[in-house]
Amino acid sequence: MSTENASMTDLTTQPATLASELFAPGVGAQAGPPTTPASDTGTAGDVQPGAHSHGGPTPTGSPAERFTSTDPDAFGVPTGREETWRFTPMKRIKPLLDGADSDARLSWTTDLPEGVELTRAEAGDPLLKGLPEPVDRLAALTRQRADGADVVRVAKEAQLDRPVNLGLAGTGGDDAVVWGQLVVEVGAFAKATVVLDHTGLARYSGGVSVLVGDGAQVTLVSVQDWAPGAVHGGQYDAVVGRDATFKQVVVTLGGDLVRLVSNVQYAGPGGSAELFGVYFSDETQHQEHRLWVDHAVPNCSSNVLYKGALQGEGARTVWIGDVRIRPSATGTETYELNRNLVLTDGARADSVPNLEIETGEIVGAGHASATGRFDDEQLFYLCSRGIDAETARRLVVRGFFADVVQHIGVDALQDRLMASIDTRLGALPALDEQPVEVA
Amino acid sequence: MSVLEIRDLHVSVGEGDDAKEILRGVDLTVRSGETHAIMGPNGSGKSTLAYSIAGHPKYTITGGTVTLDGEDVLEMSVDERARAGLFLAMQYPVEVPGVSVSNFLRTAATAIKGEAPKLRTWVKDVKTEMSGLEMDPAFAERNVNEGFSGGEKKRHEILQMRLLKPKIAILDETDSGLDVDALRIVSEGVNRSREEGDIGVLLITHYTRILRYIKPDFVHVFVNGKVVEEGGSELADKLENEGYASYVKTAEVAQA
Repeated sequence: MSTENASMTDLTTQPATLASELFAPGVGAQAGPPTTPASDTGTAGDVQPGAHSHGGPTPTGSPAERFTSTDPDAFGVPTGREETWRFTPMKRIKPLLDGADSDARLSWTTDLPEGVELTRAEAGDPLLKGLPEPVDRLAALTRQRADGADVVRVAKEAQLDRPVNLGLAGTGGDDAVVWGQLVVEVGAFAKATVVLDHTGLARYSGGVSVLVGDGAQVTLVSVQDWAPGAVHGGQYDAVVGRDATFKQVVVTLGGDLVRLVSNVQYAGPGGSAELFGVYFSDETQHQEHRLWVDHAVPNCSSNVLYKGALQGEGARTVWIGDVRIRPSATGTETYELNRNLVLTDGARADSVPNLEIETGEIVGAGHASATGRFDDEQLFYLCSRGIDAETARRLVVRGFFADVVQHIGVDALQDRLMASIDTRLGALPALDEQPVEVA
Repeated sequence: MSVLEIRDLHVSVGEGDDAKEILRGVDLTVRSGETHAIMGPNGSGKSTLAYSIAGHPKYTITGGTVTLDGEDVLEMSVDERARAGLFLAMQYPVEVPGVSVSNFLRTAATAIKGEAPKLRTWVKDVKTEMSGLEMDPAFAERNVNEGFSGGEKKRHEILQMRLLKPKIAILDETDSGLDVDALRIVSEGVNRSREEGDIGVLLITHYTRILRYIKPDFVHVFVNGKVVEEGGSELADKLENEGYASYVKTAEVAQA
């Protein structure tokens, strides 16, 4: 087994034993609800930063002491040794971190259903002051340089008949960094899906803040289908209202470097957040997804499912999943899962789940992470039905992704993304994509 | 008319010093239109025989031959064996997340037949076979074996056998873990295949229970990696009453 496997969970250190049981629900999870916190999770009052990070150096960027600021200089200039930057290729993200001001914009193509308005908020707007603060220097720079924000507003109780579609295309040919800040404000009890579709060539750093009104149901889809060479950084925040439902689906396929930080907080009890992600890294692509779910109010739930595949020399993915359950967050239910499929030699996946539980009065909390090769038993099963090994391999990888992509709920987009993944895998021979309805 | 011939088959698992011989010279011939039951205690090598014929990479063939209609099965890859007409209903089918049953069945049928089946007749066939196995139509949209109960997995295996129409089907402990209803349904599926065509069936089981539903033409007692006794269905009755104790004892003496 020559796969570089820098995953920090003890679960992933035995790729040779990788089998379906490794991926079984509950594996690596802490069974809930514990009446007292598990011994290695720390307790309220004496929690150590990174107490549940499965060894390795103590991460200073642990949720317990997370620093936020709108002032870039408050973070200092990262060297690459910081916990939040240690996985990121600093040379490649440097153009963004240099923070040069620019007027460059992405080319926007919008489809706004009835009940949706797209406006502009100037820098001093109170709306912007109320947004969750940046968590790193790049995010703070972005907030500053974006100089205001584009605002998508969904009226309260609106039930959109189709997704809000924002096509954000890089125009290439220019080294200037594009700075952007988007606010999606969804009124109470509204139901909306917003799709951010990133394509083209750009150096782009874009903040996205989603404010989910009480009882609203919001799906945010962010597709990174960039052209080769694109660099994309961004902080995504969701503030989930009382009894509201937020779903985020992140699909990262293209670009040279993509680094997205997704944070969730709850504004009232009863909120639910689902964070789905898929990423597919080819030769030299760096794809980094950092998640932070902050449970600070009672009776909320979070569910995280990220799946990635890697192929080719220098393919690199990073997944950091931080979940914190504060003492006040009784009745919390949370689960996070990251799976990485390493398809060739020379690729490397890092996966770091981090769960901090500060109250025993929860419904359940768990996490699992597994990084491994193709499952030989799956391959044998499919081949034993006459399917050749190459087709079987594609079928399984396709299924691996479809499992997450199907959560988008927008058929045309799902089809496009799966087609794009198919292209990367090579076309399935002798299998047209005619669905078989058996009803 | 097909014939699967197994001659003096020796199989081991593990490598080097850890290698352990599991099959010690198996001889068996299964023809179209015949049902053979292989019965034996746990650890006798029954499943190894099934998986070796199917080509699982875990097993190393150290001697002997397996042919299907004269063709060397051992030279074929796993998928070639299936396309040649062999089918293995597995004891523990694996989950394939994200791959729907309908997509899987159609891909398999396309591979076996060499061309995509006509959509209209295919849908009808799948529907008919599923209803024959008392499977809910919604089953087709679920992911392969994901979250299936033991009974659902076995029905799904038999559904594949019905649709792929192999020349020789090996059923590895298809009866294990089934309640009486599921056992009846699965058995009826096998019997339909036997009545309709000239499939040969190799039924591997620990218990005689399934033989009340599927009548074997031949019964082979399998102990310690080889066939130690052969007979008709009356042999199953003897095993039902006496168990494997006498065979196991004899084998131990022979080993000593």
